[in-house]
Amino acid sequence: MPATTVWQAMSLTYQRDLVLAFRRWEQVAQPVVFFLMVTTLVPLALSPELNELRQIAGGVLWIAALLAALLGLEFLYRADHADGTLEQMLLSGQPLALLAIAKTAAHWTACGLPLVLVSPLLAVSLGVLPGALGTLMLSLALGTGILSALGAVGAALTLGLRRGNLLLSLLVLPLTMPALIFGARAVDMAVHGEVARGPMLLLAAMCVLSLTLAPLAVSAALRISLE
Amino acid sequence: MTWTWFHKLASPPHFYRIAGRLAPWFGWPAFLLIVVGLYGGLVLAPADYQQGEGFRILYVHAPSAWLSMFVYATMAIAAGIGLVWRIKLAHAVAAAAAPVGAWFAFLALATGSMWGKPMWGTWWVWDARLTSELILLFLYMGFIALRASIDERERADRAGAVLALVGIVNLPIIHYSVYWWNTLHQGSTITKIGKPSITFDMLWPLLAMMFGFTLYFGAVLMTRLRAEVIRRERDASWLRGELA
Repeated sequence: MPATTVWQAMSLTYQRDLVLAFRRWEQVAQPVVFFLMVTTLVPLALSPELNELRQIAGGVLWIAALLAALLGLEFLYRADHADGTLEQMLLSGQPLALLAIAKTAAHWTACGLPLVLVSPLLAVSLGVLPGALGTLMLSLALGTGILSALGAVGAALTLGLRRGNLLLSLLVLPLTMPALIFGARAVDMAVHGEVARGPMLLLAAMCVLSLTLAPLAVSAALRISLE
Repeated sequence: MTWTWFHKLASPPHFYRIAGRLAPWFGWPAFLLIVVGLYGGLVLAPADYQQGEGFRILYVHAPSAWLSMFVYATMAIAAGIGLVWRIKLAHAVAAAAAPVGAWFAFLALATGSMWGKPMWGTWWVWDARLTSELILLFLYMGFIALRASIDERERADRAGAVLALVGIVNLPIIHYSVYWWNTLHQGSTITKIGKPSITFDMLWPLLAMMFGFTLYFGAVLMTRLRAEVIRRERDASWLRGELA
């Protein structure tokens, strides 16, 4: 039997994780519902006036999306840890960092992408004009990607710990603050009809950097957690 | 070149004795420098032409802020050494340094806040430096919390080390993003506290305090490391002889 190449291993991991995620669809739906709920709370707490909501829409959507995406992180490695899949991955001889990228990509597809897809709906409900929706979706796509990459490090470090979820937010949120700054800024600029090229490029750079370095930390953290 | 001195340093009994001998060599100069620096800063230095006597909190605030960053760097370097060469003592350094660094970050924030009230008229401003100092405090808390929630020492050491390294890579990104975030919004008008024209009378006590605080950290680190070594080696026979 020919040996499995790295690409095959990565794509198999990706497919497997997606199949598992969509079989427990409530796990996929949970962040989306949370995103909807938090955004609904904002007009109730502040003001139903669309002109006022439009001013803060960028920040509100970004915070809500960030917290929603954080919810799903806990499940990234938990089941695999519990049933021994993770040990098999470690023993498979495939580079763990690349498998971690595949898992991160699958997590983003199941958890980040749905948030990106519902975000225009919520944005319009907060009075954002259609012209800014493209920037919003792209910025959220990059931002949830950053969160998936950095969050994977936190998830791998807190694997199997008591109160792991609380700890996870303490570890991951400070690291995502730069993404929040530029993401919310980009949306804010787009809402006000400006070109948001600068913050978007910085956001993209952060996404590339975290996708490059985070998997190395994830593989180190997984090895430590499994020792 | 032989590395025996280095390996010797990594052996707990040897290090325990060295740390005990080094602590006063850090502690006493620290004490002297801080006393001299405080006298220079609180008595000898002239009052600021704009801020009057209020600026004198600088002599505690700036060294604390410097130490909060210096300690994080120390911690991350030690953690990296521990992770790569599997030196347990390096992990002990990171573990012993973290709470000290967190307290320095807290002290920088608290004195900054006390300074802000009379100068800016408010306890807290979402200024770039303040915000990135606050995030630094969160990073320390994450490191301490992660270590505290792992029971096996080996795993706590190495997981903490990975986190410290991730943190040190992110720290410049956080710092500059926060800086740009603030300048994008309003431009820094309040942080320029007569920076370019600090006179020598004001400067030397500040430098004395900074050196003093750094040496104080050295003394505290040595003392805390001894405690850490005792905790880790509590069943070892050499320790029984040492403490008897």
